[in-house]
Amino acid sequence: MLPCTFQKIEEKELIKLIYLKLFWSFFQVGLFTFGGGYAAMPLIQNQIVEINGWLNMREFADVITISQMTPGPIGINSASFVGMRIAGILGAIVATIGSVLPSCIIVLILAYIYYKYRGLAAVQSVLKGLRPAVIAMITSAALSLITLALWKEEKISLNIESIDFVALLIFFLSFFVLRKWKLNPIYVMIGAGIIALCIYPFIL
Amino acid sequence: MKEKFNFYFKLFKSTFFLSAFTFGGGYVIVPLMRKKFVKEYKWIEEEEMLDLTAIAQASPGAMAVNASILVGYRLAGILGAIITIIGTILPPLIILSIISLAYSAFIENIFVKYILKGMQAGVAAVVLDVSVSMITDIFKERKLMPIIVMFAAFIASFFLNINVVIIILLSGLIGIASMYFSKDRRKGAD
Repeated sequence: MLPCTFQKIEEKELIKLIYLKLFWSFFQVGLFTFGGGYAAMPLIQNQIVEINGWLNMREFADVITISQMTPGPIGINSASFVGMRIAGILGAIVATIGSVLPSCIIVLILAYIYYKYRGLAAVQSVLKGLRPAVIAMITSAALSLITLALWKEEKISLNIESIDFVALLIFFLSFFVLRKWKLNPIYVMIGAGIIALCIYPFIL
Repeated sequence: MKEKFNFYFKLFKSTFFLSAFTFGGGYVIVPLMRKKFVKEYKWIEEEEMLDLTAIAQASPGAMAVNASILVGYRLAGILGAIITIIGTILPPLIILSIISLAYSAFIENIFVKYILKGMQAGVAAVVLDVSVSMITDIFKERKLMPIIVMFAAFIASFFLNINVVIIILLSGLIGIASMYFSKDRRKGAD
């Protein structure tokens, strides 16, 4: 009897630990995402793919893709998705709360300061320093996504065989349309999906 | 009492729908909020909304969440902020939880796999497009410091795999340092 109950307790502790881990990971994502939207991407990748291994890179790319198609910020979308997968409804709620809590605290403090002193110069200068770094990290995340989408293997190689030419075509077409006509990304992605559906079944 | 409840409900309802229809996230929410709270309800002044946007941008986290916390706090204090946060996070929480549940079944379908494959190439292009626009903006500023920080941060994150949090903290410090540096210079000029 004793080992059995002991094991149960251990299991309970483990579940608690998972909630704590989810909360803490997404708390960090929320805390260190400056510049909104895409800036969250490298942080989420770092937490859920590299540090905790909750998703692999392909699943992560799926989450980003799904995020683009659904309403809501990427940070909350991925928190809900990962939380649900790892620990059910409660996991989704815990992860989501974790991701918005830092914003709540800091925004309220800044709002208080704003209504009291109406000045935000110091904050703005920190942001000026952050911007180029955030851009660099978005670029870095973009390159990871490109590698994943265009090469059949998980890493870049010069072997022609390992390049997915259909994906390459869709990628260049999408990029061209985005740069040239500034088309809404949702339409671009729907178009990319349709082209893929028209070509892949015949060549794979 | 009833009037108060109606107000809170209206606040919840408007943030819920704003969040449910903001695709792609980010800055899209700001003009929508302006339309709702400044133009339609006349709850907030135009000028103040701009300042609130600046605070939302200056804070970490998602723009949509930050902006709705501010609107809620401005209109009804802490309770207002709690109401607008819940209104904003519920739609993505519900939608993504459902997708997460269906994901395994969904992803096994061969046609879904093809579509996602194409969309991943599309999303890679979308993110690259964003980053190219932002890099162009940095170069247009014609300042050396941001360009150096950008290259250094890129090498650190893409080639050296240095933790993003460290990169963010360091570049924030550089931002503060360059503020003090330029202040000193201005004093020297006076």
